Amino acid sequence: MQNAILAGLLGGVACSLIGVFVVTMNLSFIGVAIAHAAFAGALCGAWLGFSPQAGAFIFSLAAVAVIGPLADRGEFNPDTPIGIIFSLTMGLAFLFMGLLPGPKTQALELLWGSILTVNNFDLVLLFIVAVIVLTLVMLFFKEIQAVIFHREAALAVGIPANLIFYSMLFLTGSVITASLRSIGGLLIFNLILNPAAAAYQLTYSLRIMFILSASFGILSTWLGLLISYLFNTPSGATIVLVSTVIFIIAAAFSPKRKVKKWKNELESALKN
Amino acid sequence: MITIKNAVVSYREDVALRGVSLSVKKGELVGIIGPNGAGKTTILTLVNGLGKLLKGQVQVLGCMLNNGCPAYLRRRIGYVPQIHNIDPRMPVNAGEVVMMGRYGRLGLLRRPGILDRQVVESLLSLVGMSHLATRPIGHLSGGEQQRVAIARALAQEPDILLLDEPTTGLDRRARVEIMALVNEIHRTRNLTTLMVTHELKTASAICNRLVLMKEGRIWSQGKPEDVLQEEVLDLLYGDDNKVANYF
Repeated sequence: MQNAILAGLLGGVACSLIGVFVVTMNLSFIGVAIAHAAFAGALCGAWLGFSPQAGAFIFSLAAVAVIGPLADRGEFNPDTPIGIIFSLTMGLAFLFMGLLPGPKTQALELLWGSILTVNNFDLVLLFIVAVIVLTLVMLFFKEIQAVIFHREAALAVGIPANLIFYSMLFLTGSVITASLRSIGGLLIFNLILNPAAAAYQLTYSLRIMFILSASFGILSTWLGLLISYLFNTPSGATIVLVSTVIFIIAAAFSPKRKVKKWKNELESALKN
Repeated sequence: MITIKNAVVSYREDVALRGVSLSVKKGELVGIIGPNGAGKTTILTLVNGLGKLLKGQVQVLGCMLNNGCPAYLRRRIGYVPQIHNIDPRMPVNAGEVVMMGRYGRLGLLRRPGILDRQVVESLLSLVGMSHLATRPIGHLSGGEQQRVAIARALAQEPDILLLDEPTTGLDRRARVEIMALVNEIHRTRNLTTLMVTHELKTASAICNRLVLMKEGRIWSQGKPEDVLQEEVLDLLYGDDNKVANYF
């Protein structure tokens, strides 16, 4: 249980910090595609008999390498190539699952996650990734802020905006890889998206958004673990459901909704 | 200051520029006008290195840009792109956006200091936005967002200022105010300015030279009073429209 609490802390922080990029830069679909590529890679690793984490890392990097430039070219809506990669990785994942000999326990663990059985290697990996993400956010906050606001404007002022953008995608792949065993391939992306989306509802400050997102990430994993322990429910699914409830509460009490409401009132008054 | 020779730029099947040559001297305010799709914005992106040159040469501030524009040079070129539909929930305020203009100068791993804050405050004051410095950028009106964008470009302390349709989508009063601001900034800061605009009347009043573009080529260029002739504009925009419509 100690390992699970620690994994919850590290995974919660890493996933939710990465989530801030994903939410503010509208990369949700890209993130889902990377998550599923990592899942397919992990199953490929398991099938071929090497580390699932190594497979997940290679596949997520490959997904970033393909999706990033396709999204950049502007040749056609990036949703189309991302959708194709998404379906390809899902197909590969189930193919590798089918090819895995014997019982599918490992595959199901990768699919649903098993935070209660994380080992020391998983914890060290999570720790390294969480520290890297936290350090990079602190060191390059101003560059990240500029890229989030407008990539072309950031490039124009002399910021290496493309490097920052691709680093974000690379970090997303790394965080997903490190969290795959504890949270699960199908659920990991919700833990990336939900805490950051909840934080987005509550503040106009990017700095506070990072802090809120990390807090919601930790709260989701710890509360999810507690509920899972008390009611004997699957831990990964419970964590994700808790993070969704946090988002719903944040959205309900969002001060930004008041702005929208005020605008709606103004528009209806003008119509009348 | 800026020399473009026989520039060809292509986006897949579409040729955006077809052998364009243009020279801009230090201190000039040059307006680029023409119908949509003429290649006006592409010229700006060639100057700051964001556009990809297929053929030809671009020299800016004494540096050849055939293989892109290095970051140290981009810091000397203020760019106000067309930015529309900023998410009202964007967690960035007006003051922070202006401060972004300092980031390139600061470089990686360095945080803004007192001097940077003073520069930002004075620029917000210059563009009349001091009272809205803490307002989320997405909550500002189009005109206010343009003022912030101009202040951000000036925060770079640039030698060259590039403006891409700074008055698009604004009401008449805001358009006049923005053009007056551009004129004032250009004169008082000794800038070399390239501005893409559809404001023919104001542009003719403030620009030293107008460049008329159509279908990726320079149609005509010269002093505003020389090029803004009814027959020239009718040819530029098409026979169906008369020159009175442009003013």
